[in-house]
Amino acid sequence: MPDKRLLWLGSGLVAATALYLLWGLGGRVWFILELRGIKLAGLVLVGIAVAFATVLFQTLSGNRILTPAIMGFDALFLLVQASLVLSLGGFGYAQLPSVLLFGVNSGAMMWASVLLFAAVLHRARHDIQLMILVGVVFGLMFRSLTSFIQRLIAPSEFAMIQGAMFAQFSGINRVELRAASLLLLMVLIWLWPRMAVLDVVALGRAPARSLGLDYDRVQMQMLCVIAALVSVSTALVGPITFLGLLVASLTHTLMRTHRHALLLPASALIAAIILVSGQAVFERVLRMQSTLTVVIEFVGGLLFLYLLARGKLR
Amino acid sequence: MIEIENLSHQIGGKPILSGIDLTLPTGGVTALIGPNGAGKSTLLKLISRHLSLQSGAVALDGVSLASIPADQLALKLATVSQEVGVASRLRIKDLVAFGRWPHTKGRPDKADHYVVDRTLQKFGLVDLQNRFLDEVSGGQRQRAFVAMAYAQDTDWLLLDEPLNNLDLVHARALMAELKRMALEDEKSIVIVLHDLNYAVAWADRIVGLRGGQLEMSGKVKTVATSEILSALYETKIEVEDTASGRRVWYYS
Ligand SMILES: Nc1ncnc2c1ncn2[C@@H]1O[C@H](COP(=O)(O)OP(=O)(O)O)[C@@H](O)[C@H]1O
Ligand SMILES: [Mg+2]
Repeated sequence: MPDKRLLWLGSGLVAATALYLLWGLGGRVWFILELRGIKLAGLVLVGIAVAFATVLFQTLSGNRILTPAIMGFDALFLLVQASLVLSLGGFGYAQLPSVLLFGVNSGAMMWASVLLFAAVLHRARHDIQLMILVGVVFGLMFRSLTSFIQRLIAPSEFAMIQGAMFAQFSGINRVELRAASLLLLMVLIWLWPRMAVLDVVALGRAPARSLGLDYDRVQMQMLCVIAALVSVSTALVGPITFLGLLVASLTHTLMRTHRHALLLPASALIAAIILVSGQAVFERVLRMQSTLTVVIEFVGGLLFLYLLARGKLR
Repeated sequence: MIEIENLSHQIGGKPILSGIDLTLPTGGVTALIGPNGAGKSTLLKLISRHLSLQSGAVALDGVSLASIPADQLALKLATVSQEVGVASRLRIKDLVAFGRWPHTKGRPDKADHYVVDRTLQKFGLVDLQNRFLDEVSGGQRQRAFVAMAYAQDTDWLLLDEPLNNLDLVHARALMAELKRMALEDEKSIVIVLHDLNYAVAWADRIVGLRGGQLEMSGKVKTVATSEILSALYETKIEVEDTASGRRVWYYS
């Protein structure tokens, strides 16, 4: 018997989906449905990826303010992408099949984040001020390096990465969608049997090790998974900084549990509901295409400041 | 039996422990005492492998500790560290249930639930079992962590200053329970203590560290003397036998 709250969230998502697909449907019905279907799939994938990445990162870092985006993971993805364009040349980059490109991007991203964040997490796990500082510094560094690389490459090549740099939900591409679903599926297969392990990780390094968990190995694996998830969402719609924070905070408030078997599904559902219903309202009522991210960033940013000001969250 | 041989440890070039040779026999309660910064926590962390060994050797029942896989070690040895972190959104009963993890790997059965319930009763946590860890007092939290290690049901139990935040009723109850476990369940318990009255009243053996060196070790009867303890702490410690036949230590 699944948790009642999960059932409610599930119905919420079904309702949001129906709203998004069917509202204002007319004219060439099947054509429009197909377009909306692709976008819907993209929104749901991004929701799952952002939610999982955030919940996992908060479990690993042991506090509720940090998210992969705040720690500069998205910026790292853009840097990885820019470096690939630089090293392969714009032509070589464009020649690669999209799926392979996606794989190379995410692979490089996983490698870089394990290298960078394993040491940081190990040393500064409970020092939240230091962690935020590291996030700001990393974010700045990644962004400046990215723009430095942009100066080195030709303007036409620059256009290739520019599309990825700003969050937008309008131009989700079918090939990327397929590659992203594949990666997400692999992540899910990894996660499924490990929900209980994640609960132990949340206890912290010392207690988890007392219970016989090979904490450091699991931490590496989780960093890889987080990097993969960030690749999925950033490749599809670009960086969104505060959605994860918003979602994780709503999830913890609603679920009040430590069990990832409940937290993860709930967070994914909440994120998908926010994105799908938000997009429906923005497209149909306000007739705007890209303002959803602005609102999410605004609300999420306010929440971040509020949590930081309260200073009590762990 | 835990055998420690020529154990030394440095942090940032500063020696924390030097040349410790010590055998902790199976069974009984061993009190680990010594001034702040003596290296007691470091010693426990090395035994429980929370710190990795730099030089020297530690063996558990004749097997080198380094060669025991982590999940096997968790079935033999449970630890409660001095600084217990507060994982948020965790209820006391869930924390205690984590003690069963090494046995169940997340799939507890009826017997495990029974152990958890009994542990909650034993440590007086039944009324608190649904409270979140960050919503109880420091002493209650400490008891919950000790209860978790108890539920782990290992032969060895290493406790770093578990009496820290406990009132005298709960401190005494915990010591009595540890003593009972040593006698009836044949557990081996190593406990860092600061209160000499508890150490002498409940422990079978005392090990004293000072400045990273082993100063003393032996049966309570032989080492718990005014001279030896005064030397360990470099403070005058007096002893007096009361009419009811108990020893009382004065150092205030
Ligand atoms: N992480 C650390 N970095 C530097 N010095 C440390 C660290 N941990 C412990 N020490 C030092 O090691 C010595 C022994 O510490 P500890 O084992 O915690 O002592 P005890 O538990 O007996 O009070 C102390 O002088 C302490 O300052
Ligand atoms: Mg200590």
